[in-house]
Amino acid sequence: MLEISELGHRYTDAPVLDDVSLTLAAGRIGCILGPSGCGKTTLLRCIAGFERIEHGEISADGVLLSSANLHVPPEQRRIGMVFQDYALLPHLSAAENVAFALHGRPRRDSRVLALRMLQRVGLERFAERYPHELSGGQQQRVALARALAPEPRLLLMDEPFSNLDVGLRHNLGHEVRELLGQLGTTALVAMHDHHDAFALADDVGVLRRGRLLQWDSAYRLYHRPADRFVADFVGKGVWLEGRVSSASEVETELGAIGGRMDEGLPAGTPVDVLLRPDDVVHDDDSPLQAEVISKQFKGSEFLYELRTASGARLLSSVPSHHDHPVGRPIGIRLQAEHIVVFRRD
Amino acid sequence: MRLSPSVRPGSGLLLAAFLLAACSSDTPPADSGSGDTAAPAPQPVTVYSARAEQLIQPIFDAYTAATGVPVRYTTDSEQPLIQKLKAEGQTTPADLLLTVDAGNLWYAAEEGVLRPVTSTVLEENIPGYLQDPENQWFALSVRARTIVYDTRAVDPAELEGYAGLADDQWRGRLCLRTSAKVYNQSLVAMLIAELGEERTEEIVRGWVRNLATDVFPNDTKLIEAIEAGQCEVGIVNTYYFGRLQKENPDIPVAIFWPDGEAGGVHVNVSGAGVTRHAPNPEGAIALLEWMSQEEAQRLLGGENMEYPSNPEVAPDPLVAAWGDFTASTRNVAEAGLFQEQAVKLMDRAGYR
Amino acid sequence: MADIGVLAARRPSGARRRAAGGHRGFGIAIGLIALVASAPLLVALSSLFADTGDVWPHLLQYVLPEALGNTLLLASGVALLTMLLGVSLAWFVATCEFPGRRFFNWALLLPMAMPGYVLGFALAAFFEYTGPVQGTWRRLFGDSAPFPDVGAAGASILTLGLVLYPYVYLITRQAFATQGVRALEVAQSCGLSPWRGFRRVALPMARPWIAAGTGLAIMECLADFGTVQLYNYTTFTTAIYRAWYGLFSLNSALQLSLVLVILVLCALLLERRFRGRAQFTAGGRVNPHRLRLSRGRRLAISCYCGAVLFIAFGLPASLIVGWSIDSFAAEFDARYWQFAANSLALASLAAATIGGVALLLAFATRYAPGRVNAALARVATLGYAIPGTVLAVGFFVPVAAASRWLNESPLVSGNGVIALQSGLTVVMLAYLARYLAVAHGPLDSALLRVRSSVEDAARGMGVAGLGLLRRVHLPILKPAIVTALLLVFVDVMKELPITLMTRPFGWDTLAVRVFQLTTEGEWERAALPALAIVLAGLVPVMLLSRRND
Repeated sequence: MLEISELGHRYTDAPVLDDVSLTLAAGRIGCILGPSGCGKTTLLRCIAGFERIEHGEISADGVLLSSANLHVPPEQRRIGMVFQDYALLPHLSAAENVAFALHGRPRRDSRVLALRMLQRVGLERFAERYPHELSGGQQQRVALARALAPEPRLLLMDEPFSNLDVGLRHNLGHEVRELLGQLGTTALVAMHDHHDAFALADDVGVLRRGRLLQWDSAYRLYHRPADRFVADFVGKGVWLEGRVSSASEVETELGAIGGRMDEGLPAGTPVDVLLRPDDVVHDDDSPLQAEVISKQFKGSEFLYELRTASGARLLSSVPSHHDHPVGRPIGIRLQAEHIVVFRRD
Repeated sequence: MRLSPSVRPGSGLLLAAFLLAACSSDTPPADSGSGDTAAPAPQPVTVYSARAEQLIQPIFDAYTAATGVPVRYTTDSEQPLIQKLKAEGQTTPADLLLTVDAGNLWYAAEEGVLRPVTSTVLEENIPGYLQDPENQWFALSVRARTIVYDTRAVDPAELEGYAGLADDQWRGRLCLRTSAKVYNQSLVAMLIAELGEERTEEIVRGWVRNLATDVFPNDTKLIEAIEAGQCEVGIVNTYYFGRLQKENPDIPVAIFWPDGEAGGVHVNVSGAGVTRHAPNPEGAIALLEWMSQEEAQRLLGGENMEYPSNPEVAPDPLVAAWGDFTASTRNVAEAGLFQEQAVKLMDRAGYR
Repeated sequence: MADIGVLAARRPSGARRRAAGGHRGFGIAIGLIALVASAPLLVALSSLFADTGDVWPHLLQYVLPEALGNTLLLASGVALLTMLLGVSLAWFVATCEFPGRRFFNWALLLPMAMPGYVLGFALAAFFEYTGPVQGTWRRLFGDSAPFPDVGAAGASILTLGLVLYPYVYLITRQAFATQGVRALEVAQSCGLSPWRGFRRVALPMARPWIAAGTGLAIMECLADFGTVQLYNYTTFTTAIYRAWYGLFSLNSALQLSLVLVILVLCALLLERRFRGRAQFTAGGRVNPHRLRLSRGRRLAISCYCGAVLFIAFGLPASLIVGWSIDSFAAEFDARYWQFAANSLALASLAAATIGGVALLLAFATRYAPGRVNAALARVATLGYAIPGTVLAVGFFVPVAAASRWLNESPLVSGNGVIALQSGLTVVMLAYLARYLAVAHGPLDSALLRVRSSVEDAARGMGVAGLGLLRRVHLPILKPAIVTALLLVFVDVMKELPITLMTRPFGWDTLAVRVFQLTTEGEWERAALPALAIVLAGLVPVMLLSRRND
């Protein structure tokens, strides 16, 4: 559906996007993940047509939208956009805001459609409210309804949940996913929180300093990150020094860690091994002991920060009925199905 | 704010509280209370003037040089000054009100902000028709409002007077200044006094019919319009013509004196009167008397190219060169008496 | 303002949450400000019972029909022109990239520093029959070739529009800078073309600011006398002067002023009603994105800005510079330093005073909401529509009366004379009555944008009272405060009737000097003090608008 190839864009002199390529199939939800300032908003603006591009191509449904010497104006792209600040029109009510996107149709029709859209996002009772009379979550939904109302070929959302509290995020993430699924809308979302991204997206990409480091399914991104930055960005974990001992084993100070390895590194190569909290399992019977430095209660589990005898730091996710005091050693076991290693320089 | 030294202590406290809110402390130190006679220096005279600073400053400077009496003044338009005096009542710092136009002087007297003055010097120096019948004000200079014409297009023999400008032969050739200016209001008022309301209205309607273009905001623009050929004849105060003539001696515009007109040439005055609640009335009368004498009269006329109100004093040579004229000797106070009527008449006649 | 903290402990939004009695301090403040600022209105009200003879029937028959029609034409013409110029210039400068943008950003404010009658005189000198343009025209095409004539109405509208558009420009520019580009993007993402997006989104969103700026321009134009007098255009104001100066009826003049104020009040209420429940915000940062336009369009915009600036400022400024040079030797002397110092002192003091009071009023209406207080605040800002001289008299009369009363009372009588009107206080209070609207507008709308949650958060961190004002409100309100101070400063630099009537002895200003000369018809000589006013007004315009950028 959406195809971007070798996209390049710069403000004055600093490149903001550099050689970005990705494809998003129809009906899928994609997510651009990255720290603030990485260029993800700019990428969305390029797709929406608010920015001209210097290099590469952007096309949707096989139609070329942007290239170095072609620029379809944003209003002709049929791409919906939900802005980070929602950008609701303050002088229009919720229903009028949605109907605004349905201009060109008879007034009655656009009103009916707008109300129907508001109903879909659960706001039919608030149709006559003005934006300042709505809560943040409600404003977000109006913005979503407005962007979806004209049935865009592609929906762009810029940090849709950044202004909302955690609980609301979670609910809204689900709702949005469900709604987009029902409508069969293709969407590309910019975010900085990998939790939100994993909850919402089918495909996720990590953008850093204008370069797309990886564009993959959420699962692969987490378990098979393309580089250390991606690995760090999409989840917690620690790096442990080690040495490749065989095609499926790395020798570390905590013993050998076994699992599938993508790169065929020769034995003896010095590497860093990524250990995610779920790779370190609590086992009272294990001979391997580590001292609890701190712990974080997460409801169904504890996130323990541990220190081994050799001084290595580990994170471990432990079911919450295992409550150990700080300062006490506990038994641990390494359990990885797939190990992520990068050659140590 | 300055209080005289003898304010009772108790009331002083109360007052201080009130004044803190109502009064700033940086008043110049010269607020002369009438009981304040401790200083040996001559008591200053305070003037409210509707004449512009540059016209009065040299005269006051000369007075201070001659007598040692300081003069301080503030300027504003006539009506605000009169209202100011009225509102201030006995708290006014002003001793003398100086203004242009007989209508304004008449109105000041009417509003009761002036006081009658008995002075043989003034009676001797200022002719009767140039002072208030009740001696509340005296003219200090005289200006004639007369006809000017384009010397290239008009034969002065064609001209008769103010009324004659209403004749059809001047259709599309006449320029007038706005009727909002008090000089025109006084002119029409004097015409009413002389010719009656009905005849005057005919004349004013004739003027309006004859206008070459919209009325002008001031006399200077009017004379410049004649010079540029926009129209050929107009009514102005002589000193405006004098100024332009000074800049350009070859200006193709000349003055015509309508001596033959009933009542003669319309004159107006600038003048002054002692305020009703003057803290220093003696000083004000002394200044007024001094201004009616030769030295001051020369300055008063010369500065602005007007005629002295004291007939013994000769006008400025440039002014004298415009020739003699027969002035109306009707008391100029009548300009005020008929001003309201004149304004209404001009409104009816469509003279904007 | 020391008790702000105590009172601020409530959420400003909720009349429901009002703690009993807590807002009384602010209520009293509003009442006091309204009383002082509306003193001239009260004087005008008291004139309602005065006998004015047959002045009214006369005015009704011969003067008012034309004056009223002309005034409506003038007000709508000026409103349209200021909106057209102010909004378009603000849009270009705030949202587009074009050559000279940074220069035009502040330079387009300059016409504000020019008194309307000075611009009027300069334009007239240039374009009227005796001026160089028509002179050349006649030389080229002969004496009888008709020159396109805009008439007194056109000339008045053009002149006032050129002087007053900066109000709209200044206030709207900020709104466009924060939300203009975004508004356009929203529209485009909804499938609207940029032009339709501008019309349907950017314009309506900026409406309160456009209305505020245009409102100020209309009020100023209704109160204008100097400019319309120059063109002999009969308006409500000239009718007021005619009643007073010509017919010697101050009471009719006051009554007419009251009618004028009521008209303005109706217009304001209408706008408010029309706006309904919608609320407008221009919060947030200045959007760094600017629209990139084609080369031709960029140049066209530069030319447009340059043309407006040339006619409104460059041309008249060059004329008055020329006249100033001609008259410099005759006119300039050491007193000019004093005039300039007085002007600057009065203008700065007025800006500080009125800015402070306007801030207090804005806070007071925030923390002590309610219909009565809102109405009082509105009344307090109506003085802007009253012709200056009438306002000066309306202010002077009660003060002088109080002074008289004081002197007749046993407290003082026999102990010398106390003149309340002789200090600077009266000048300041009269300025306040006239210019409160100018400072209150930007401050009030800016304060509306400070969410109560911000205050709550600060209070949660232990910042309250004056600390809250200093550390939270003032930084947020800074651009608005700068705007308010700038507007008042420049207005007072030009102000004439109030200064004339209420200044203490020795407080002659540059504007007073202009008056001394123009009242004697010496317009060319008046160029020097007029130029000094423009120059003195230019410095703060440059400094403040740069910092504001």
